[in-house]
Amino acid sequence: MNISDKIFKFFGGIKPEGHKQISTRNPIKRLPLPKELIIPIRQHVGKMPNIVVKIGDRVLKGQILAEPVANMSAATHASTSGYVKEIKPMNIPHPSGLPDHCVVIETDGKDEWIRLEKIDIKNISLSNLLEKLKHSGVVGLGGATFPSHIKLNANRIQTLIVNAAECEPYITCDDMAMQEMTQDFIDGVNLIMHILNIPKTIIGIEDNKPQAISKLNSVLGSSKNIHLKIIPTVYPSGDEKRLIYLMLGVKIPKEKRPTELGIQVFNVATLISIARFINYGEPVISRVVTVTGALGQPNNYQALIGTPIQQLIKDAGGDPSQEVIMGGPMMGFKLPHTDVGVTKAMNCLLAVTDEMKSKASTEMPCIRCTKCVEVCPAQLQPQELYWHAKSKQFEKLTDDYKLFDCIECGCCSYVCPSNIPLVQYYRYAKSEIREQAKSSEIADIARDRNEFRLFRLEREKNERAERNAQRRAQVSDEDKKKLIEEKKATIEAAMKRVEENEE
Amino acid sequence: MTPLDSPAIKKNMSVSAIMFTVTLALIPALIAQIGFFGLQILGNLIIGISFALILEAVCLKLRHYPIKPFLKDGSAFLTAWLLVISIPSSTPIWVMLVGLFFSIVISKHAYGGIGSNPFNPAMIGYAVLLISFPKIMTNWPSAEQFDFNNFLNFSQLFSMFASIDIVDGIVSATPLDKIKTALFLGEPINNSFSIFDQFNAYQIMSIFYLIGGLYLMIKKIITWHLPVFLILSIFVFSFILHQINPDVFMPSLFHLMNGATFLAAFFIITDPVSSPTTLRGKIIFGVMVGLITVIIRNFGGYPDGIAFAVIFMNIFVPLIEKFTQPKVFGYE
Repeated sequence: MNISDKIFKFFGGIKPEGHKQISTRNPIKRLPLPKELIIPIRQHVGKMPNIVVKIGDRVLKGQILAEPVANMSAATHASTSGYVKEIKPMNIPHPSGLPDHCVVIETDGKDEWIRLEKIDIKNISLSNLLEKLKHSGVVGLGGATFPSHIKLNANRIQTLIVNAAECEPYITCDDMAMQEMTQDFIDGVNLIMHILNIPKTIIGIEDNKPQAISKLNSVLGSSKNIHLKIIPTVYPSGDEKRLIYLMLGVKIPKEKRPTELGIQVFNVATLISIARFINYGEPVISRVVTVTGALGQPNNYQALIGTPIQQLIKDAGGDPSQEVIMGGPMMGFKLPHTDVGVTKAMNCLLAVTDEMKSKASTEMPCIRCTKCVEVCPAQLQPQELYWHAKSKQFEKLTDDYKLFDCIECGCCSYVCPSNIPLVQYYRYAKSEIREQAKSSEIADIARDRNEFRLFRLEREKNERAERNAQRRAQVSDEDKKKLIEEKKATIEAAMKRVEENEE
Repeated sequence: MTPLDSPAIKKNMSVSAIMFTVTLALIPALIAQIGFFGLQILGNLIIGISFALILEAVCLKLRHYPIKPFLKDGSAFLTAWLLVISIPSSTPIWVMLVGLFFSIVISKHAYGGIGSNPFNPAMIGYAVLLISFPKIMTNWPSAEQFDFNNFLNFSQLFSMFASIDIVDGIVSATPLDKIKTALFLGEPINNSFSIFDQFNAYQIMSIFYLIGGLYLMIKKIITWHLPVFLILSIFVFSFILHQINPDVFMPSLFHLMNGATFLAAFFIITDPVSSPTTLRGKIIFGVMVGLITVIIRNFGGYPDGIAFAVIFMNIFVPLIEKFTQPKVFGYE
């Protein structure tokens, strides 16, 4: 299979300071077993799984705590052995700050596994494999947490693209995972290629990861099917559509999915977890988390799902009062609560630095300098989106300026000389538009209902009138007869009396 | 910081920093102007900018805006600078102040302040003065030579207070004026004077505006589209006219090196607020401003027409933008 070496540079993007080296000096670290794990039940996009344990149960490492309820769902597992201490709504790492159901496990220190069964990939049907994967808890670990078994239910995939770009500043978990779990990673690639019968794979990796690149090169050797493409460090090259363009020069058209063009994309950490599940039977009970930013010793951790994040921050030389961003500085969000456990979506914990705190805050008017246009990777007109979002011209936003193609990467806000929080304006407009769509849907339903009610009332009225008319018709016939008979009888009686009197 | 206040990092570039860089790019031409015309221009700048900042502050106060951050954005400063250097330094002070009033108060704040003005504020002020005081606006002091003594002749600094009208004798017409007059009198232009036997003050200043403009491009404050297409447009259209009748129409190089060609190309039409934001829009805008300028210079009543051309094309910006929206990723 011949794969071109050409890199197709996408429009826009920015080159912020990487700050990657501060967290790559030491190998991936493991913390001693925490006393308690706080495991949110739903850690994926899709339906809330069904909790199958109860308070007081002893659970083993890798045991299912919650079963998937639908296809768009995934299982959640116990990350170590211990006792179910609590099942209740608790704080979770989510921008809304709203609590969700969590299982608290009091660990017993034995770290005792369930019986692990590896999968014989050569002799398993696809449907069986997908069912097993659904119960493995494997979801997209790049942050999207889309259940992986759904992505493996695809046909005619020509190219597997591995997203190893890791374009957000500060984050290094994929970089370190590729260096230390190189074989698992390549196994994952090969397994996906086998399962979906994909002829070629391109790994897209930014040129700021030389160690991972040389490690991969030595493992891949002269592999013909797996190709490493080293791309320049430009944010957001790790965005799916931008990465596909970088690799293949293909722009995924609006409202199409990569699979429709024979392309499937997987992230590094997800491939490793797929390999661990198929080759060793291990469900997703831990992940690599970069703990970095304004900390004494930034580091990467192989952290059990549910590990209280304060333990990671403390180990990395931070203190509990620090503000923490989950994810990178471009798209991450500040955690509303820091008393939460590690989740599958948590690729990075970033302690807010002084530089971030001093971010200029006076919002000035837009001077239409179009610095934002120059960096927008979706090739939108951010200044127009801002203008129309501010003036609430939602139809123009969606129809003329394609608001919903905005990926919220933050490049526009990053360069805006007027310090306008552009992404917030777009999020606001998007939610307003969705809200309006929803309420117009509700209004449609209500109108339909009302129309039906009026129709029903009218129909009932007509029916009633008809019935009355009928009844009146029936009733009056009888009445007439009766009346006539009564009258006749009265007349006859009177006649009789007259006759009797005459006699 | 709210939970969704992403991104958490920011490139260190403010509106003030942009305006500062633009001012820096204007300094070489200012030095040339002082060398040719004397320190008076510096005095005018000091007075004009101070007045503009006071006007700006008053407007902000009246409109209930915070004064400090908006004064710091440097827009009033830059508008005043551009207007003051565009008018002859012998202009009476009150005339200059009238122009500034129209620039800052009428064309900007009355339309909603920075970012909302449809017309280029400096050009509105200039056009008002050119229409109201045509004689003053077209009479530049004579300057044949660059004189270092001009930098030391401090008596000139505030000489605008000395007279309220221009003094005869030290005034001469600009090259564009001479051409207009010659054409008006029906004289063949090549006989009236030779244009390239010396680099006069205006041509030297043009070169410095060009250098300043290139600096702004390197600093990525402006993109190349607007300047290049304006210059190309003036070049091509005046070339065509010159080919048709060289006795009446001056060659392209003359039009590039005289008048406000380079000043407008790099510092006036690059005003982001009143120019198109789209790439194709910038091309249309640059070409049209150039075309209208060439028409006014060769057929109109004014020696230079860039200010009118810019204002005229400002009207079309929303329309131009509507029809030049680029394709969004995935819609090709």
